[in-house]
Amino acid sequence: MPVTIEIPTAFRRFTDGAPKLDCSAATIAEALDELTSRFPDLGRHVRDDQGQIRQFLNVYLNEEDIRFLGGESCLLKEGDRLLLVPSIAGGSEL
Amino acid sequence: MCSNALYELRCRECGKTWGNVPRSFCEDCFSPLEVAYDYASLKKIVSREKLVGRAFNMWRYSELLPLPEDFGVPNAVGGTPLVASHKLACKWGLQNLYFKNDAVCFPSLSFKDRVVATALAAARRFNFTTVGCSSTGNLANAVAAQAAQQGFDACVFIPADLEPAKVLNTAVYGARIVRINGNYDRVNRLCAQVADRFQWGLVNVNLRPYYSEGSKTHGYEIAEQLGWALPDNIVVPMAGGSLITKIAKAFRELVTLGWVEPKSVKFFGAQATGCSPISDAVKRNLARFEPQKPSTIARSLAIGNPADGPFAVNQIRDSGGWAEDVSDPEIVVAIKLLAETEGIFTETAGGVTTGVTQKLIAQGRIQPHETTVVSITGNGLKTTDAIVSEFPATEAIAPHLEAFEAYLDARLGTAAASAKA
Repeated sequence: MPVTIEIPTAFRRFTDGAPKLDCSAATIAEALDELTSRFPDLGRHVRDDQGQIRQFLNVYLNEEDIRFLGGESCLLKEGDRLLLVPSIAGGSEL
Repeated sequence: MCSNALYELRCRECGKTWGNVPRSFCEDCFSPLEVAYDYASLKKIVSREKLVGRAFNMWRYSELLPLPEDFGVPNAVGGTPLVASHKLACKWGLQNLYFKNDAVCFPSLSFKDRVVATALAAARRFNFTTVGCSSTGNLANAVAAQAAQQGFDACVFIPADLEPAKVLNTAVYGARIVRINGNYDRVNRLCAQVADRFQWGLVNVNLRPYYSEGSKTHGYEIAEQLGWALPDNIVVPMAGGSLITKIAKAFRELVTLGWVEPKSVKFFGAQATGCSPISDAVKRNLARFEPQKPSTIARSLAIGNPADGPFAVNQIRDSGGWAEDVSDPEIVVAIKLLAETEGIFTETAGGVTTGVTQKLIAQGRIQPHETTVVSITGNGLKTTDAIVSEFPATEAIAPHLEAFEAYLDARLGTAAASAKA
């Protein structure tokens, strides 16, 4: 399905400045794979060593956090928007 | 460490340093940034003795905060009471119970005044003229109040269904309020995008590393008020999960600086059952917390996707503590209990902390002889809607002594008669 992935400013130095990527994917996983194969340098920022979406990256399908939609296996429909947002955490370590 | 300051931002994951910039995550690995200090140098310029004579507010610990060199104290934030409990301690069978009462924090009656104070110092340093935040209420109050005093324009983003008192307590300072149709997590997501687009100082977004350092002063004060000692246990409310980790950082720093003896402090996290992703992760021993859709009267804690959740979980686990949650009815009971025994009127978040403390004692996780501090972080006047139904209006009587005697007789019977005698 044709869907759009919106890319935050902080990620754009890995996407040649592109603010979004129009792609065709049946699931969220496929869309993210297309994003990272198109922009390989982004790959390690999207997934961790175990292949999971990184803990401090939130992914939304339209208005909803994908963790409420069954995760990456969620099916996409035409016109869907995927939004990547780095989690805003302070953390604490001496 | 950069040469002109004793602190700078450092990535928690990859360790890269970024100097001092308005940024919350590492642009190399997108992990959170943290303020890191040169403690060896700090040790040479500040000591406990140097604090003597300073006013008792959060600025007495200025050297331990990320403040610019030309910083001038704008207001007396913090310096709240550590209340030694007698009645509730007796009721619960504890010998050393304290309530750290940020319900009376200046100027807007919650611990958020502390974080906004350090965030606005950073906002001025970075030449922002507009400041803002995503908020469940208390933070919006604090941003609006301090922005008004310090001459910033303020724009705050809140969930549309926030308690009326919290909206009013922001509006009165002249802040622009943007109500969002959606819960806090959606408001927060929008703010991340706003920070991406506008050159604004959003205190809990692009100023977050500086903002969250203000929470440490809650911990410094506790240690100083205990006579420069750490408690055995501390019970902390959790929304985004930042406060509990920053109190832990404060305690570690005091040990590093040699201001307190090292001690193993157990950290206990408190949430409302209707929004308990962090306590759920602790109780089920999850590797990652699972986000939730909040449904609780404790709206100041209603963050279903807590940004600092992973750190809070680790802090609790590593300390040997625990996390618990209480239902909405239990929150109301706990608010009344704290008011009736200690004379402290807290908002729903304080009801959560008090109720969870009672639960932890019943579970045997807090022992009678241990020193236990309970963090009360907000004022009950802001969430009166949560308990108003508990106190229906009483009937009025005529302004005559006979009417009052009849009133007493009707309610107290023989007691009234003996009082008259």
